[in-house]
Amino acid sequence: MADTVPHLRTEALAALAEAADDAALATWHVRYLGRKEGRLTGVLRGLAQLPVEERRAVGAAANALKAELEAAYEEQREALRRMAVRQALEGGSVDVTLPPRPRARGRLHPVTQTLRQMLDAFRSMGFSIVEGPEVELDYYNFEALRIPADHPARDMWDTLWVDDGTPRPRSLLMRTHTSPAQIRVMEQHQPPIRIVVPGRAYRHEATDTTHEWMMTQVEVLAVDEGLTLAHLKGTLLGVMQRLFGSERRIRLQCSYFPFVEPGAEVAMDCFNCAGTGCATCHQSGWIEMGGAGMVHPEILERMGIDPARYTGFAAGMGLERLAMQLYGVPDMRFFYQNDLRMLQQF
Amino acid sequence: MRVSLKWLSEYVDLHLPPEELAQRLTMAGLAVDTVARTGEWGRDVRVAEVVAVTPHPNADRLRLATVDVGGGERHTVVCGAPNVAPGQKVAFATAGAQVRDGHSGKPAVLKPAVIRGVESAGMVLSERELGLSEDHEGILVLPAGAAVGTPLADVLGDVIFELSVTPNRADWLSVLGIAREVAALTGVEVREPSLAYEAAGPPVKGRAKVEIEAPDLCRRYLATVVEGVKLGPSPGWMQERLVALGQRPINNVVDVTNYVMLEIGQPLHAFDYDHIAGHQIIVRRAKDGERFTTLDNEKRALTDDMLVIADARGPVALAGVIGGLESEVTERTVNVLLEAACFAGPNIRRTSTALRARSEASSRFEKGLPPELAATASQRATKLLVEVCGGRALAGAVDVYPRKERAARVEVTRARIAQVLGIDPPTAKVREVLTRLGFTARWVPPDRYVVRVPYWRPDVRIADDVAEEVARIIGYDQIPAAQLAGSVPAPIPQPLRDLRERARDLLAEAGMQEVITYSLTTMELLARVLPKEDLAIDPPYRVVNPVSAEHEYLRPTLRASLLQTLASNLRYQEGAVALFETARVYLRPAIPPLRDGTAARADRPAGEDALPVEREQVCGVVSGRRPDRWGRPSAAPLDFFDAKAYVEDLLHGIGVRAEYVAAVEHGMAPGRTAELRAGGTRIGVLAQVHPDVAAVFGIEQDTYLFDLTLDDLLPHASHRRTMRDVPRFPAVEQDIALIVGRETPADDVRRAIASVALVRDAQVFDVYSGDQVPPGKKSIAFSVAWQADDHTLTDGEVAKAQRKLVERLRREFGAELRGG
Ligand SMILES: [Zn+2]
Repeated sequence: MADTVPHLRTEALAALAEAADDAALATWHVRYLGRKEGRLTGVLRGLAQLPVEERRAVGAAANALKAELEAAYEEQREALRRMAVRQALEGGSVDVTLPPRPRARGRLHPVTQTLRQMLDAFRSMGFSIVEGPEVELDYYNFEALRIPADHPARDMWDTLWVDDGTPRPRSLLMRTHTSPAQIRVMEQHQPPIRIVVPGRAYRHEATDTTHEWMMTQVEVLAVDEGLTLAHLKGTLLGVMQRLFGSERRIRLQCSYFPFVEPGAEVAMDCFNCAGTGCATCHQSGWIEMGGAGMVHPEILERMGIDPARYTGFAAGMGLERLAMQLYGVPDMRFFYQNDLRMLQQF
Repeated sequence: MRVSLKWLSEYVDLHLPPEELAQRLTMAGLAVDTVARTGEWGRDVRVAEVVAVTPHPNADRLRLATVDVGGGERHTVVCGAPNVAPGQKVAFATAGAQVRDGHSGKPAVLKPAVIRGVESAGMVLSERELGLSEDHEGILVLPAGAAVGTPLADVLGDVIFELSVTPNRADWLSVLGIAREVAALTGVEVREPSLAYEAAGPPVKGRAKVEIEAPDLCRRYLATVVEGVKLGPSPGWMQERLVALGQRPINNVVDVTNYVMLEIGQPLHAFDYDHIAGHQIIVRRAKDGERFTTLDNEKRALTDDMLVIADARGPVALAGVIGGLESEVTERTVNVLLEAACFAGPNIRRTSTALRARSEASSRFEKGLPPELAATASQRATKLLVEVCGGRALAGAVDVYPRKERAARVEVTRARIAQVLGIDPPTAKVREVLTRLGFTARWVPPDRYVVRVPYWRPDVRIADDVAEEVARIIGYDQIPAAQLAGSVPAPIPQPLRDLRERARDLLAEAGMQEVITYSLTTMELLARVLPKEDLAIDPPYRVVNPVSAEHEYLRPTLRASLLQTLASNLRYQEGAVALFETARVYLRPAIPPLRDGTAARADRPAGEDALPVEREQVCGVVSGRRPDRWGRPSAAPLDFFDAKAYVEDLLHGIGVRAEYVAAVEHGMAPGRTAELRAGGTRIGVLAQVHPDVAAVFGIEQDTYLFDLTLDDLLPHASHRRTMRDVPRFPAVEQDIALIVGRETPADDVRRAIASVALVRDAQVFDVYSGDQVPPGKKSIAFSVAWQADDHTLTDGEVAKAQRKLVERLRREFGAELRGG
C-alpha cells in the first residue's frame, strides 16, 4: 500500500531526528527524498494512478511535505556541522605559548644595515650612489687630491702598496679612502654633482678596539653654484638625524685635509648621553665621524670646473664607527670576525 | 708636539683654565689630545742632594744613598738605581708621600721598609714613580740648579698639552707658534723672544764661506760663528724645558739648537768649526754612491738626489736630516759654526724616509719652513750660545739667499668669503681676526681685502685659505646648517651595484646570513681552493707591506674566506649554517684591455691598464642539519638541493633562468658539481665541496657552496615580468613515470615534456632506482598538466597527446613508460 502523506511526514521527521552524523543524514536523504528510491518521490510518482479528484489534494500535500523535509534536512545538517566544529575545537586547543615553527633567519651584516640607512638618507637628498675600484692608482688616491709624493700629509694615510712589478712599488695601492671616486666622477660629470661613494678602504694600521685595517667608508661630494660650508653642515646634520634621532647636533672643528679648504673634523653629539659625557663617547660628549670641508678650488679647476662659479663640499665617514654607536658594539674587530652569535643579533 | 704651559706663558699671558684653552685650540684646528699635570706631588716630595753612595752590606745590586734635604735633615735609604751618584740633585720622598709603584705604575703611599736588613725611611724616585713617564731604568736626575729642600712641585709642576699638529702647520711645531695661536684666540699680545746679542769678534764673513750649489733644494743658508765656547751641561732652566717637551739634554751647544727648534720651530745644526775643512760650507747634491758616516755612527750610502752639507773634503752633514760624526760638537770643541738653513721639504722627506732617519728636524723641514725663519733662528741661537756656553760671537752672519722672497699677498673679496663660508662677517671683524693672527689686512672698497701673510704662515696662499682663517677664529660653530636647494642632478646609473644589493636582499630573505670577510688573505688559504698551477701561472696580486702575513694577497676568490668563516662557526653551531658574502675579487687582466673613448683623456695618468680587474662575486656556503619542529638539529643533513634552493631564490629574484650542467671544478666533489649557465655562458658554480678540501678547513661534514659572478649575471638579469593569461579552461593533471638511463638529466626530459604545445606545466616529483627498474636505469615520475587555451580538453585528446609525447621521449631519451 502506498504511503499516506501524513504518515510519511511523521516517520521521516522522527528518522531525521535520529540521524546523528553525515552518513546517516545522507542515507536519510536518499531514503525519503532520493530521486530514484525516495519514498516521497514514490508518492509523487504514484499521483498518476490516483483518481483525478484526489490527485490535486494529495499532490499539493506531497509538494508541501517535500519543501518541509528539505528545510528540516538543511536545518539538521547545519546543527550537526556546528556541533562537529564545537567538538573539534574543544578537543584540540593549542598552547599558545609554545615557540613558533623554526624558519631559517637570514640577516644582513650590521655594517651593511648601517650603510643602507645612511645611503637612504643621502638618496632622499638627491645624491646618487657611485662606486670605484678598491685597488687604485696613486694618482687618484693621492696625487689628484693634492697629495703629491713626498708631501707630509701622506703620513695621514698609512698605505698598503700593491706589488706592481717594480723594486719599490708606488703606483698601485689599496685605496686608503673612497675619495678617489670624487676625481673619477668629476672627470666625467659637470655640476650639479651630488654623489655618495660607499666601499671598502684599507690602511696599514694596527688594529684595536676602535681601529681596523679594513674599513667601510662613505665619501660625499656635492658641487654646484651657491654651496657653502653651511650646506655641508646641514647635509651631514640631516643624515645623522635620520640615523640617530632628530635631536642630534653636529659640530665642525677646524682641521686639514689637502683636498679641502676650509677643512673640518666632523663630530656628532653623543646620542647616549646627549653631550654630557659617558663611556660611549669617552667622556667627551662627542662622537667623531670623519673629515670634511669645501672642495679645494684647485681641484675643481683641474677638473675643468670653474671655481669662481662653482663651489663644492666633501666629507668622508667611517661606517664601522657609526655602526658601533648604532648597535652598541664595543670592539670594531667584532664586525669582521663574523661570529654568527654576534651577527644574528641584528 | 708637546707644549709646557709654563714655557708658553713666557710669550703669552694665559687667562683661561688649561682645559678651556685646550678646547679653544682644538676647535681652531690645533688638536689638544691630552692635558696632563705634572707636579701634583705633596710637600713630602722634595729636591735633595746625594751626598754619599755606599754599597749595601747584604746585596750586590743595591746601594745606600745618603741624601741631604736641607736644614740639616739627612736620610740614608736603599737605592737600586744604577745611575745614582754623589752630587746629583734628585727627587726624594719621605714615608707617607703619594707616589707611584715602580712596577705597576699605580698610585701608592710610601711606607718605611726594611730592605735586605737595612731600614729605609724614604726613596729616591724614578720618573715612573713620579708619574712623569714610563722610565724606571734609573732615578730622575734634576737640573743642578734645583734648590735643595724645595718641594718638587715648585720645580717640575707644570701643565703639558699633547698636541696633534696637522701637516700644513709647521709653525705649530714650536712654542712661539702655539703662543701666537693662543694670542689670536684670546685677544692678547705675543711677547717675541729677544734676538739681539753683542758681537765681539771680527765679521763672520772673513772666517767662513758658504756656497749653495743647489738653490732649488736650499733657498737660504746662514752661518754664524761663536768662538771660545765652554762645553758642558746646559743650565737647569733650559734642561727642564727640554725635558718637559720630551727632548733629552745632551750638552749646552746641542741643547741650544734643540731649544731654539722647540721655541721657534727652526731646526739648526752646530758644527765644530775647526773640523770644517777650509771653513767652507758647500750645499750640494751628494754624488751617487758617496759614503758618509752620520753621528749615529751609521755608514750611509748616498744618492745624487740627496742634499749634503760638505766642506772642501766631503760631506759633513745630511742637510736637514742628520749631522756627520766627524764634524760633531764634542767636549774638545772650542769654536762653533751654527747653521740655520731653509731646505726644500719634499727632498728632506724623501731622503729621511729612504735612509730611515726621520728626526725632529726632518719632520719640521718636510712641512716647508720659510727662509725668514732661518734668519730669526740664527740670531736667537747665536745669542743663546753666547749666553749659555760663553765665548764670543763673530759679527754678523754669512747669509746666502739666492732668490729673496717677498711676503705673500692675497686678495680676497668679501663675496668670496660668503660664497665659501655661508656667512658674511663684517669687514671690521675680518680685519680684526687677521690682524690678531699677524696678517695685515687692508680693506679696499667696495669689496676687497688685500692681505699680507706673515712669513711663518706659508700655508696661506689663496683666498679660501684666508676664509678658513676667518672662520676658525670666529668659530666654526658660528656657521649655520643650511638645507640643500637647487636642482637635483640626474641620477648616475649603477646597474651592477643595484644587482648586488638585490642579491644581498634575496639571499638574506631566503635565510642566509651575510658575512663580510677580509679582502686580503694568504697564499696557503688560496691554495686550498685553487689549483696550484693556476696560482703559479696567474699569481694573485700582493701587498708589499701587509699588516700581517695573514693579509698579504688580494683574493681572486671568496671561497677560501667563506669556508674559513664556516669552519670557525661550526665549532659551536650544531644546526644549519648558511653564509654568503658579496665582494670584489681581483684578477689579472687576461689581455690588456682596450681603452674606451672616455678614457682617452690626455690628463689621465698612465697605468689605468695596470689596475686589476675587479669582479663582483657572490659566494655562499651551506652545511649542517635541518632543524626539527623545535629548531633543534634533526637527523636530516642539508644537501645539494638546499643549496640549490638558495641559488634559485636568488636567480628567480633577479629574473635569470639558469641551466645546471654537470661539470668538474677544482676542489669540488666529482658528480656533485653543476656549472650554471645563462644564455649559454657560464655564470657560476654550485657544488658539494670536496670532502678532502673541507677537511683541510677542519670541516668534517658535507658542505655545499655556490659562487656566482655578478658581472656575468648582469646581462641576463631583468626585473621585467610580463603577465600571462590566467587559464580559462580547467587543466587535466596526469602523472607519468618514465624509465630512462641513469645518467639522463631529469631536467632535460622535463623540458622536453614542457615544450609540448598542450602541456602547461611539467614537474618532477619522484626519482627511483633499485629493484623495480632494470640495472643502469632509473625511473622519473612527472606530474604533467595538460591544458588548452580555447576549450576544455577531452580524455581522448589527452590520451592521444600523451601517446605522441611518450613516442617522442622514446626517440629522444630511450625512455619507456614504467608499467606501460
Ligand atoms: Zn656619551
